[in-house]
Amino acid sequence: MSRRKFCSASAAAAVTALVSPLPALAQSAARIVVIGGGFGGASCARALKQIDPKLQVTLVEPNRTFIACPFSNNVVAGLRSLEQQKFGYDKVAASGITVVALEATTINAAARTVGLADGTSLAYDRLVLSPGIELRFDALSGYDEAAAAKMPHAWKAGEQTLLLRKQLEAMDDGGLVVIAAPANPFRCPPGPYERACLIAHYLKTRKPRSKLIILDAKDTFSKQRLFQNAWKELYPGMIEWISLSQGGKVNAVDPATNTLITDFGNHTAQVANVIPPQRAGRIAAIAGATDNTGWCAIDPVTFESRSAPNIHVIGDACLAGAMPKSAFSANAQAKTCANAIATLVAGGSPAAPKLINTCYSLAAPDYGISIAGVYHPKNGSLADVEGAGGVSPLEASRDFRAREADYAQSWFATITAEVFG
Amino acid sequence: MKALCVVIGLATVMASSLPVLAASDPPPGAASCSGCHSGGATGSSVSRLNGRDAGEIATAMAGFRDGSLPATVMNRIAKGFSDDELRAMAAWLAAQK
Repeated sequence: MSRRKFCSASAAAAVTALVSPLPALAQSAARIVVIGGGFGGASCARALKQIDPKLQVTLVEPNRTFIACPFSNNVVAGLRSLEQQKFGYDKVAASGITVVALEATTINAAARTVGLADGTSLAYDRLVLSPGIELRFDALSGYDEAAAAKMPHAWKAGEQTLLLRKQLEAMDDGGLVVIAAPANPFRCPPGPYERACLIAHYLKTRKPRSKLIILDAKDTFSKQRLFQNAWKELYPGMIEWISLSQGGKVNAVDPATNTLITDFGNHTAQVANVIPPQRAGRIAAIAGATDNTGWCAIDPVTFESRSAPNIHVIGDACLAGAMPKSAFSANAQAKTCANAIATLVAGGSPAAPKLINTCYSLAAPDYGISIAGVYHPKNGSLADVEGAGGVSPLEASRDFRAREADYAQSWFATITAEVFG
Repeated sequence: MKALCVVIGLATVMASSLPVLAASDPPPGAASCSGCHSGGATGSSVSRLNGRDAGEIATAMAGFRDGSLPATVMNRIAKGFSDDELRAMAAWLAAQK
């Protein structure tokens, strides 16, 4: 039963509510705790409050400032400042959400409590986890947090983004940049290839004798033909992609010499950007919401965890079937999850949703490409709606590419305004 | 019996606050739109949909879907929705502030 049907049926039920008004009060005061203040978590908190202002919504996020990953490749390429990626939680708090600037350290799913770093705890009726990713420092021999200070991943925006930028600035003309891309699934599937484009854009204009190699643990990647066309058109001879079957998988790194080691040989880079395998943010495992993949299986209608009742997982941390790990996906999932939770706490059954993802990449500041998809619950997961979605046309005018670049900028302004503004 | 009628009358008044909440329930797909289409003024190149005429939105979506209206990304998205779904989305978006 959808919430709408539930509500129209509730006139009769209200007789019971009048006799015993407590359940109605309890519903309106449901406590929802959201862990993680990124595109997923902050969106979900705000959507919950918007759907039903009476809900008690708490957002748990230790960082006072959120630094967005989308467009952080522009920061790497010197096209944008990191300041333009930063957002605070003042507006989130002003919309009636309690923002707790502490790390969530424990979850007791049976007692429905979240333990915080200061020893206090929060009780919840429903918990939403949107913790993003954790880098798997155990997955790539030689790559640990200390190695990341030499061979940055820059896959969480902030100091790492600036470190990669500084290394590119310090590199000689004629230097070699190597990007190591992981196997699926990982945050932002087109991200390594957009990064290659924008770094090449910087090299072309400032250090034109330089080269860039992508060592890939995959044989195919998101928007592949579009990226490859852009490399030929915009950066001829500058970018080399070495696929899995060509020996591209990096098995180990040596930070002392900036060397990336594959089955087929070693690559010593002036600048080595190592994007390691990932898993769901740590709190998801603590909650018992991860499976043996390290990610979180979810119900495609409510985003409730398959293994942890009353706990919902959205954004990069969840396995959402055909939906990629993107900020747009996280935001769309957040709103779907918020509607489902509002229905559930009111005693209804959420209707099957449809979700959309749109993801833009820039091959150059005025050259955008995109992928889109429409998804619906099917066989217990989220599947592509057949006949919909796909990538930008392979043959398109530069005007078309420029418009997609413009829409990419608009998308970022709009989504960050919706989430944080 | 009279007392029961009063009770039902009261209950209906109480329950009347619930459909207001239900009216905000977005039809399938509609919640995703605000990822690109701003509800406020951000100087975006992407058109605002909230409060726009429902017929206009539904006609545009149908045009994107059959290719009669040029698009960059909306043609790929509109193909994921039936006529009924497009009409429901358009009506919901038109009702948003």
